[in-house]
Amino acid sequence: MAPTIPTLSVEAFGRKLRSGAIASRAVTEECLRRIHADIDAKNDGLNAFISVMADEAQSHARLADEELARGIDRGPLHGVPISVKDLVDIQGLPTTAASRVREGHVARRDAAVIGHLRQAGAVLVGKTNLHEFAFGTTSEESAFGAARNPHDTTRSPGGSSGGSAISVAAGMALASIGTDTGGSIRIPAAACGIVGLKPAFGEVSTEGVVPLSRTLDHVGPLTQSVTDAWLLYRALLGDHHPEALGSHSSGAAPNLRLAVLRRYFCELLDNEVRARFDEALERLRAAGAQIDETDIPHARDIAAVYVTLVCSDAAAYHAATLDRVPERYSEMVRARLEVGRYVLAEDLSRALHGREVLRREVNAALEGRDALVLPALAIPAPGLGAQSMQIGGSTEPVRNLMLRETQLFNLTGHPAISLPCGNTSEGLPCGLQLVGASGQTEALLRVALACETHLS
Amino acid sequence: MTVEQWLEWAVADAERRDLPGLKPLLEAFARSLRSLRDADFNDRADGTDDPHAER
Repeated sequence: MAPTIPTLSVEAFGRKLRSGAIASRAVTEECLRRIHADIDAKNDGLNAFISVMADEAQSHARLADEELARGIDRGPLHGVPISVKDLVDIQGLPTTAASRVREGHVARRDAAVIGHLRQAGAVLVGKTNLHEFAFGTTSEESAFGAARNPHDTTRSPGGSSGGSAISVAAGMALASIGTDTGGSIRIPAAACGIVGLKPAFGEVSTEGVVPLSRTLDHVGPLTQSVTDAWLLYRALLGDHHPEALGSHSSGAAPNLRLAVLRRYFCELLDNEVRARFDEALERLRAAGAQIDETDIPHARDIAAVYVTLVCSDAAAYHAATLDRVPERYSEMVRARLEVGRYVLAEDLSRALHGREVLRREVNAALEGRDALVLPALAIPAPGLGAQSMQIGGSTEPVRNLMLRETQLFNLTGHPAISLPCGNTSEGLPCGLQLVGASGQTEALLRVALACETHLS
Repeated sequence: MTVEQWLEWAVADAERRDLPGLKPLLEAFARSLRSLRDADFNDRADGTDDPHAER
C-alpha cells in the first residue's frame, strides 16, 4: 500500500466533521476499505491488523454522525476511527498478543483506555498486529505473520506496536493506541514516519493491557501530528474536552532550551540517520532554539539494567505458560522469556539500583532545559529477517540497536516522543526524540509542537 | 555466585530441560550481567565503593 495515499489527521477530521464536509461513516468506510484491501493482499500486504471490528465500527460511526446532528459533541475524538494494539482488552473480543498462547481468550471487559475512548466517541476499527507479547522490536515474530513497513514492504515497521504504526501511516486509522516498554511506540513511529508518544510512567492506565514488564510498561498514542498526540493523550486520561495544546505555549522555537544527548546515543548511528538528525538540529537552531550538549554518565549501563528488569518481569508473567504450553510461543520469544527465569535476585536488585541512578542522571541533564533531544531510532527500518548489521565499524544485533535510543526513558519514566525528521535517500523515515521532565508530558508536548513545524 | 558460575549453572539447567538453544542467549545475558555487576554504582559491604572512606 503506497504511503502517499492522503491521510487525515484527527484535528483536520474534527474540523471537516463539524463543518459538515465529511461524515464519520464515510471516513470509517474508507479506513475499513483500506484494511480489507490489505488483508486481501495477503503476502503482498502490510499485515497491519489481526482482527477487524467492521460491524461495530460502522454502527458507531453512524451513531457518531447522528449524535453530532442532534448537537451531542463528545469532543475531538467524536467519530474518529482508531485502531488498537492487540495487547489491549476490548470486551467480547480476543486479546491475542499475537500469540497462540492466548488461543481461546475473550476479554470480559474493556481496558481502562478503551473505556475512555468509547466515552470520547471514538470509532474502534480493529486490533493491530504486534511482536508477540510485545517482546521484540520488529513485529516479525507474530502468530499472524510478520507486519511490513508501508515505505518498503521488505522491511520491518519496527515494534512492538508495528501494526499500530502501519495503520496510521497507511491511512487505515486516524490514530492508534500502542504500548511502550523499551521503545515499542517510538521505534515503530520513527520507522513508519509518524508521531509516537510515551507519556510519563503511570499516567495512562495499563489496566486491561497484557503486560510485558509492569516496571516499564507504558500506554500511549501513535498519530500523524503532535496535536493529535495531545488529543489522544488527554482522552486516555479521561479529558474529552481538552484545551488547545498551544494555548499556554511558551515553547515557541526561539524560546526553547534543548540539550543533545551525544556520546553513547550518537556513537552507533546509521550515517543517514545521523545526517537527518544533525540537519534537524540545524533547522531548530535556525528557528532560534538554544541547543547545547549534555551527557548521561552511566549510559553504558542502560542496556544491562534494562534487560535484567524486563526479562525478570516477563519471566514472572509467563512462567506458568512456559511450563504448560511452551510450544505455543514463537521460538525466539520463548527463548528470551526462558532466559529471564535465570535472573538472580541479587542482580535484579542491582538493576533496580541502577535504574535510580539513571533516573537522577536524566533529571540532572534536564536541569535548566525544556527537553533533551536525540535520535529516536539508530537505524532505518531493518530488513525483515535481519538479526545483525554493520555499524560504526562493528557488527551489532539489530534488536540492541533498535532499543538503544529509547529504553532509558522506560527505565526512568520520563515522557518521550518521536517526531518524523526526514527520510533517508531510500525513502525510509527517520525520527527525532524529545524527552521531557519527569511527570511533565504536557510540557513535553508543547515543546514538540514548537519543534514539529521546523522538522517537517 | 560469579557470573561464570551463573553461566555454567544456567547452561547446565537449560540442557537438563532440553533447551540447548538457550546457550547463546545465556552467554549474551552473562555479558550483560558482567556489565551490571562491574558498574560503579554498585555498593559493597566492605566500603571499598566509598571514595571518601579512610583505610
